Amino acid sequence: MFRFIARRLLQTIPVLLVLITASFLMLRLVPGGPFDSEKATTPEIKHNLEAYYGFDQPLHKQFFNYLGNIVLHGDLGRSTKYSNRTVNEIIADKFPVSLELGAWSLLIALTIGLSAGILAAVYKNTWADYVTSGIVMTGICVPTFVLGPLLVLAFAIHFGWLSASGWYVWQDRVLPALTLGIVYAAYIARLTRGGMLEVLGQDYIRTARAKGASETRVVLRHALRGGLLPVVAFLGPAIAGIITGSFVIETIFQIPGLGREFVNSAFNRDRTLILGTVMLYAVLIIALNLVVDVVQVWLNPKLKFD
Amino acid sequence: MNTRTFGILFVCAALAGLPSGCAKKETAPAATLAKILRFGNGAEPQDIDPHAVTGVSEGKIINALFEGLVAEDPSGIGIAPGVAERWTISDDGLVYTFHLRADAQWSNGLPLTASDFVHSYQRMLTPSLASEYAYKLYPLTGAEAYNKGASTDFSQVGVKALGDHTLKLTLKNRTPYLLQDLKHYAWFPVPVDVIGKFGGLARKGSAWTRPGNFVGNGPFILKEWLPNQRLVVTRSPTYWDHATVKLDEIDFMPVEDGDTEERMFRSGQLDKTESLPLEKIAVYKRNYPMMYREDPFYGVYFYRINVTKPPFNDVRVRRALAMCIDREAIVSDILHGGQKPAWNFTPPTPEFESSARIPYDVAEAQHLLAEAGYPEGKNFPHVELLYNTSASHRIIAEAIQQMWKTSLGIDITLLNQEWKVYLDSQNTGNYQLARAGWIGDYPDPNTFLDLWTTGGGNNQTGWSNATYDDLLRSAASATNDTERATDYQQMEQIVADELPVIPIYFYTHVYALNPKVKGWVPQLIDNRAWKWIDLAE
Amino acid sequence: MLSLSPKKLPSADLAPAQLEQGVSPWRDAWHRLKRNKLAVFGGVTLIVLVLACGVGPFFSPYGYEQTNLDNTFAKPNLSHWMGTDQLGRDLFTRLLYGGRISITVGLVATFVALTIGVSYGAVAGFFGGKLDAFMMRVVDILYALPFTIFVIMLMVFFGRNIYLLFVAIGAVEWLTMARIVRGQIMSLKKMEYVEAARSLGFGTQRIIFRHMIPNILGPVIVYTTLTIPGVMMLEAFLSFLGLGVQAPMSSWGVLIKDGAEKMEEYPWLLIFPGTVFSLTLFSLNFLGDGLRDALDVRSAKD
Repeated sequence: MFRFIARRLLQTIPVLLVLITASFLMLRLVPGGPFDSEKATTPEIKHNLEAYYGFDQPLHKQFFNYLGNIVLHGDLGRSTKYSNRTVNEIIADKFPVSLELGAWSLLIALTIGLSAGILAAVYKNTWADYVTSGIVMTGICVPTFVLGPLLVLAFAIHFGWLSASGWYVWQDRVLPALTLGIVYAAYIARLTRGGMLEVLGQDYIRTARAKGASETRVVLRHALRGGLLPVVAFLGPAIAGIITGSFVIETIFQIPGLGREFVNSAFNRDRTLILGTVMLYAVLIIALNLVVDVVQVWLNPKLKFD
Repeated sequence: MNTRTFGILFVCAALAGLPSGCAKKETAPAATLAKILRFGNGAEPQDIDPHAVTGVSEGKIINALFEGLVAEDPSGIGIAPGVAERWTISDDGLVYTFHLRADAQWSNGLPLTASDFVHSYQRMLTPSLASEYAYKLYPLTGAEAYNKGASTDFSQVGVKALGDHTLKLTLKNRTPYLLQDLKHYAWFPVPVDVIGKFGGLARKGSAWTRPGNFVGNGPFILKEWLPNQRLVVTRSPTYWDHATVKLDEIDFMPVEDGDTEERMFRSGQLDKTESLPLEKIAVYKRNYPMMYREDPFYGVYFYRINVTKPPFNDVRVRRALAMCIDREAIVSDILHGGQKPAWNFTPPTPEFESSARIPYDVAEAQHLLAEAGYPEGKNFPHVELLYNTSASHRIIAEAIQQMWKTSLGIDITLLNQEWKVYLDSQNTGNYQLARAGWIGDYPDPNTFLDLWTTGGGNNQTGWSNATYDDLLRSAASATNDTERATDYQQMEQIVADELPVIPIYFYTHVYALNPKVKGWVPQLIDNRAWKWIDLAE
Repeated sequence: MLSLSPKKLPSADLAPAQLEQGVSPWRDAWHRLKRNKLAVFGGVTLIVLVLACGVGPFFSPYGYEQTNLDNTFAKPNLSHWMGTDQLGRDLFTRLLYGGRISITVGLVATFVALTIGVSYGAVAGFFGGKLDAFMMRVVDILYALPFTIFVIMLMVFFGRNIYLLFVAIGAVEWLTMARIVRGQIMSLKKMEYVEAARSLGFGTQRIIFRHMIPNILGPVIVYTTLTIPGVMMLEAFLSFLGLGVQAPMSSWGVLIKDGAEKMEEYPWLLIFPGTVFSLTLFSLNFLGDGLRDALDVRSAKD
């Protein structure tokens, strides 16, 4: 297993290299630069600006400078939009916020999603299934940009129990975590139900039942293992998405997380910030997919690391 | 059942089963002891170094942290003394002599002197600093040459310290709006000694703008800056007029989303919003008139035309399009915010109102279009109307598209682009019709009319008119205001005849304001001096 | 045609000839599906919706772009069944036209994602080893590419057209599908019947597509039905970037987004598009669940 993990970690290097190169080139190909604004400045000022950030140098030179700074100093460069912040600083500021929000949401999503999914699978095609699945489907049909404002109108403005926005005290955490968590809960519930149904009819479950294992034991020990495979595969990229923040949620609740930076940096053509966030996301995706692969082997002992 | 009840029922339906009837949350928690103004400030500030930024939200903060030679007066129109307690203007209007107050000082206790201004302007104009607003200083003699690298001798630039407390500005042309423009942060002093200690003068984004390091000369000082969360300023004990300052603290909240901001205001988290979403305007007017504000604003919303490509190289086509836009309907049925229909380009002010007027005449428009070879819109080529993605631009474009379709029989395609792509399309002339807006920098028609000079950076229409260019030069060198006004009237008429752009409406500034905020007067150009603002029951 | 796979008939003889001569499994599945009331309801609703969006606009007295500034924000009434929007346009008509876009995009883009995702995941999972590692690292890269920039760049090179919309959506939506399928295939690979099929000398392609994929249809169907709402909402984001539906034409995603902003004042602008959108998703899921049950012989016997 350790060789497997080590090999995967080594694979990260070429993946990141390809990713940075591709993103770097894409950023030069899209129309609009970081300094384009509605009020045109003189060509001289524009030129000075480009020179100030080294954008007047040949492309390959810019690229190797950028790579060199990362490798030698771990320096992701300076934001062109927020001139007094470095990309390292912005990520260090905002990632913890998104991580915390993501952790709460994930907790909600897993608790609700797994229980609803298991319940619906075990009581398949009964009223319990229909009611749970109906609620879950509603969660999928109501987009976050509708659910979030509705929750604010009710709990912050009407009842005044929780905050409409901010990220200071616990009252600020509840609504965004709930909004984000419910969407993922719905996905997890559907996938759990689907995966469980696939497994519950299999021979080894029948065998376990025939041997007189209690239903709870059958469901939780035997069926859940195989049934969770699709959920686990889904969770890898999903967790990476959750903990790097959601643009919509952070906008609705005015949360200083990383999700807004992902989207706004692209709109601002803040190249260094885009590359920095992309790399963070890539590292998380790779790491979490690695975890997923390990968990999949653990869930299905017939699999081996290869 | 009215809409509001419907809305409440809808929300209630969504929450069926929850205990209801609880008391509403009291607004404005804990803001009673200290006077803390919570201010919706739009975008997150890029920086708070006056030489490194160009935005409006930055300007609001900088106005609290710094002060220029002159400042906004409490009425919102006049000019109040700032760092300069008085000034004289030479008879030809070219030399301004400012007498700085002796008690002006930086927040680190050091005196603020005339040479601070000289060094600040030198930094602003240094080519390698690449300050985007450096051109604001171009009215000074030699400033443009220095900034463009044509001259390296700063003594040639028209700013001189005559002793510690006397500053002399020498101008290229008589610039009657200079005092108004001095309220803009591009003209503010910066603490050059402090900046020098944090990585050099010709560097943007050094740590001098962080709380703890920051030094300013304004009524407030920087206390806390949490990006995307809030920036807090607190009253400065070293400000020369600190007795006048009424607020203890201002929390600048960077809220970009209008709907979020409005909900924050309603739940008592904000005292003033940056804007008010379109669909909330009617509700506020009806239910919360005390909190609804609608101020005139020095800006115009228009469609830019690329006059280099057919069919718009024909002025008759441009006139036809401009003449059948029902601007009254747009402002009254769609925008609702007190905007004024724009029948000419430059927004009216008490000092200058354009006499040019684009007629609203559908019959004449049809006639012109037929003359141009497209009777009833037949054979009219494929035309795209470009706008940057936003719900309100889309709505206006959809309405105008229909107006053109019903009155002229032409079918125009709408095209939305993401902001930077949209800017690029206009810069490179890769468009036919494009939505645009312009907000004046100072209350003078020049800030609008200099857009359409031949080859101007903001022209982007390909339109060029030698008479127009001459008139602008003539206005710049005019020796009195009447002469200038005549030139501007003629330029307005040329724009209304030739129509490189189709003006649509004049902006207003629509927002929600907590009635406890006092002294918040309407301003045509928002260069607010925060010391006049108060919070009281 | 799909053949029966050993998992479906655990006791069956493994002789391939016999298997393929069995009773048509499709007919069986069809019968089971017809007995499932929810699935029938879902199917019928979908057909009605598709017909309504396809044909309905021809019967509407209003155009989707036709404004009436004297009748803005009209509540639902006899002449405007779903009310009007802020330009006085008939919401019902706009909803029907929008349905054309959303249903097409939802189905086509999901189909693209489904095809790529399933084949890619199956191949990677089945062969494993270096090929799998390579293929999955490609997926990792695609996950992390800056999507906004990618879409803008696509538009610069290929202009704006509806096919590009499918490419852009397909490019992101297949990734998770591929990872789910890969995981399932990897665990199926170790099952006895696959080993058996191998020892019988069946070709790889045949084993993957005839024997293994039918056995992972459950999760695939579930994830497919989950992809469709995502795709419809993604379309709204892409039209924000200038790709996809152009105003004054609309789509469900765009209508819902617009309606959400006005839900307090003009709730019908959200309620109607939201209801139709939800109805579609519910129907798709009922149908999907029914399909899954119908294709699963074993559990149908329970």
